[in-house]
Amino acid sequence: MASAGEPARASAISLPAVGERELRLDLFRGLALWLIFIDHLPTGLLTWFTLRNYGFSDATEIFIFISGYTAAFVYGRAMLESGFVVATARVLRRAWQIYVAHVFLFTIFLAEISYVATSFDNPLYSEEMGIMDFLKQPDVTIVQALLLRFRPVNMDVLPLYIVLMLSLPLILALMRWKPDITLALSALLYVVTWEYDLYFSAYPNGFWAFNPLAWQLLFVFGAWCALGGAKRMSRVLSSPVTLSLCFAYLFASFCVTLTWYLPQLGHVVPRRIEQWMYPIDKTDLDVLRFAHFLALAAVTVRFLPKDWPGLKSPWLKPLILCGQHSLEIFCLGVFLAFAGHFILAEVAGGAALHALISLSGILIMCGMAWIISWYKHVADKSASRKGIAANADMAGGG
Amino acid sequence: MKSGIVWGLVCLAAVSAAGTLRAEDAPQNASPGAAQDASQSAAKVCEVPNSLLTTESLLPKVTEAVKSGHPLDVLVIGSRSSTILGSEANAYPARLQASLKERLARTTINVFVEIQPKKTAEETASGLVKLMEAKKPTLVIWQTGTVDALRSIDPDDFRNAVDEGIVALQKAGADVILMNPQYSPRTEMMISVPPYVDNMRVVAQQHDVPLFDRFAIMHQWNDQGDFDLFSTSPGIELAKRVHDCLAQALAQFVVDAAHLGPAQN
Repeated sequence: MASAGEPARASAISLPAVGERELRLDLFRGLALWLIFIDHLPTGLLTWFTLRNYGFSDATEIFIFISGYTAAFVYGRAMLESGFVVATARVLRRAWQIYVAHVFLFTIFLAEISYVATSFDNPLYSEEMGIMDFLKQPDVTIVQALLLRFRPVNMDVLPLYIVLMLSLPLILALMRWKPDITLALSALLYVVTWEYDLYFSAYPNGFWAFNPLAWQLLFVFGAWCALGGAKRMSRVLSSPVTLSLCFAYLFASFCVTLTWYLPQLGHVVPRRIEQWMYPIDKTDLDVLRFAHFLALAAVTVRFLPKDWPGLKSPWLKPLILCGQHSLEIFCLGVFLAFAGHFILAEVAGGAALHALISLSGILIMCGMAWIISWYKHVADKSASRKGIAANADMAGGG
Repeated sequence: MKSGIVWGLVCLAAVSAAGTLRAEDAPQNASPGAAQDASQSAAKVCEVPNSLLTTESLLPKVTEAVKSGHPLDVLVIGSRSSTILGSEANAYPARLQASLKERLARTTINVFVEIQPKKTAEETASGLVKLMEAKKPTLVIWQTGTVDALRSIDPDDFRNAVDEGIVALQKAGADVILMNPQYSPRTEMMISVPPYVDNMRVVAQQHDVPLFDRFAIMHQWNDQGDFDLFSTSPGIELAKRVHDCLAQALAQFVVDAAHLGPAQN
C-alpha cells in the first residue's frame, strides 16, 4: 500500500506526477515473482524462505494487489488523458498479451506432458498415469485450454489476471465516478460470492483455483489505493493503534502457521478457534488471508519509506528490474518451474541440484529482466529521437 | 464449504520438515517391533522413521479382537494403487496379511481386498454400508484420494465424503485406518495431490482415526535413495518391492496403533 504521491489534478482521481516511479511496488512485485517461482518448484530448501511459511497470505496476494495498483495507475492516467474508449482498447490489448502468454505456456506444458507420457511406463503408478488420459482427446482439451477452463497445475494465475484485466475498464470508469462506492461494490461482490458460493467452473470438472469473483477485491483495492485511497488512509496507517493491531495479527498468524509444521503445538490453538478458522481458503481469498496481506502491507509501508535510499542500491536492482517487467518474468518463471521439474525428474538429483536449479532460475529471471529493460531503454531512446511518445506500458502496465 | 488449500502448503512443508527430522531419527530407528521382525532384511532397504509411524489414535476393536483370541478380519478398500495389475499376490494387501501373521503369530488374520477402480471418495462412501454388511471386518484400511486428485474434485467435497465414509465405517462397528495417495514424482506437475493429503489429515484428526501417510513415506524412500520413484520404466519389480515395504510399514503401524507390540503382546 504505497502512498500515491501528489495529485496531478483536482478530480476524483489523483495520480502521481509523471515520471515518478514507485520503486517499492517494483521491489515487492519482483519479490513476489521470485517467491511464486520457488513455490512452483517441488519443495526444497529455498521453500523455507517463502512467505507462506510465516503467515496466512503468500506471494499471490502481493502480485495481484500490486497488479491492480499499477494497472489503475497506468490505465487510469490513459483514461484521463485520452478517454474511456482509447484506454479500454489499451487494456484489452494488454489482456490479449496475457492471454497469448498463457497459451504459449500451455503449449510448452503440453509438449512436456506428451514427452513424459510416451516414455512413462511404471506399473507402480498405473493409476496416476490416468492423468495423461486428456492427451487422448486433444480436440476437447485444447479447446478447453483456449477457453481458460482447462488449466494444469501451476497455470492458474494468468487466467485470473486476464479476467481482472477485462474488468479493469469498468472498475476505472466507476472509480472515476466514486472510488469509495466502487470499493464497496467490490466488497459486496466478494461477500455475495462467499454467501452464495459462486465460482468459475473448470474442465473436466472442479472450479478455478483462484476465484476471480473473490480475488477481484484485492485487485480493486490495489486500484483504489493507486487512485488516492492510499493517501487518504495515510493517517490511519501511521497511527500506533493500527500498527500494534497489525503486529498482533501477524504474530498470531505466525503462531498458527507454526502449528502446521510442529503438530506437537497443535493443542495451543483452542479448538473453538480452530473450528471457526479452518480451512483457510485460498480459492476464495479467505478473509484471514486478506487481513494478513493488509497487515503486512501496512507494516511494510510504515517501515519502508518511499524515499528509502536502499531502493536505489545495486543489491535490490535485480528484484526491482524483475518487478518492472512482471508479465515477461512471471511467464519465464512458470516456464523455468516446468523445466526445473523436468530436470529434477530426469536427473533424479538431490537437494544440492534442487538448490542449484532454484538459484539459477532466479539468476535467469534477473538476466532476462535486465535484457528487457536494456532493450526498452534503447528502443525508447530511438523512439523519442523520432518524436514518438513513450509507451505507457513502460510504467509497469499491469 | 471452504477449500483446504492452505493445508496443501502445510503438507508440502511438513514433508520437507520431516526430511530434516528424519536424518536425526535414523540411528534409533530399530523399533522393538522391527527388531524382532523375521523379514528384517527387507525392512532394511526401506526403513521408515518412527515419526511417520506413530499415531496417537487407537484401534480398540483390533486390540480387543487380538487379545481375546478372535480372528482379525481386515478389509482393504482402495483404488488401483492398492493393487499391482497381474501380480495381486505381491500387492500390499496380500503382503500385509503375511506380515501381520508374522507379528501376531497367535491370531488368525484374514485380509480381504475391495478394489474400486476410478471411484472417488464420494462414490466409494455411498457403497460402504453394503460392503460392511457383507464382510463385517474388525479393521478397515481405506485408501483414497488418488482418484479425487486425478479428477480434481473440490477438496471440500472430498473432505465431506471421507468424513461421511468414516462415520459409516465406524457405525458398522469397525476400526478405521486412512491411507493417502502415493508419492508420484513424475506426475507431481500434473496432479495436485497435497490438498487431498491434507484434507485427509484433517478428517483423520477430527475422527481420531490413524492415518497411514503413504505419501510421506514414499517421499522419504525416494529422498533417501531406497527407491528411484522417478524411474520411467522400471518394470514390475519396483512395484513389488515398494508394495512389500509398504506392507511392512503398515503392519507395524497397525500393531503399534493397537498397542500389540512385543512388550504388550
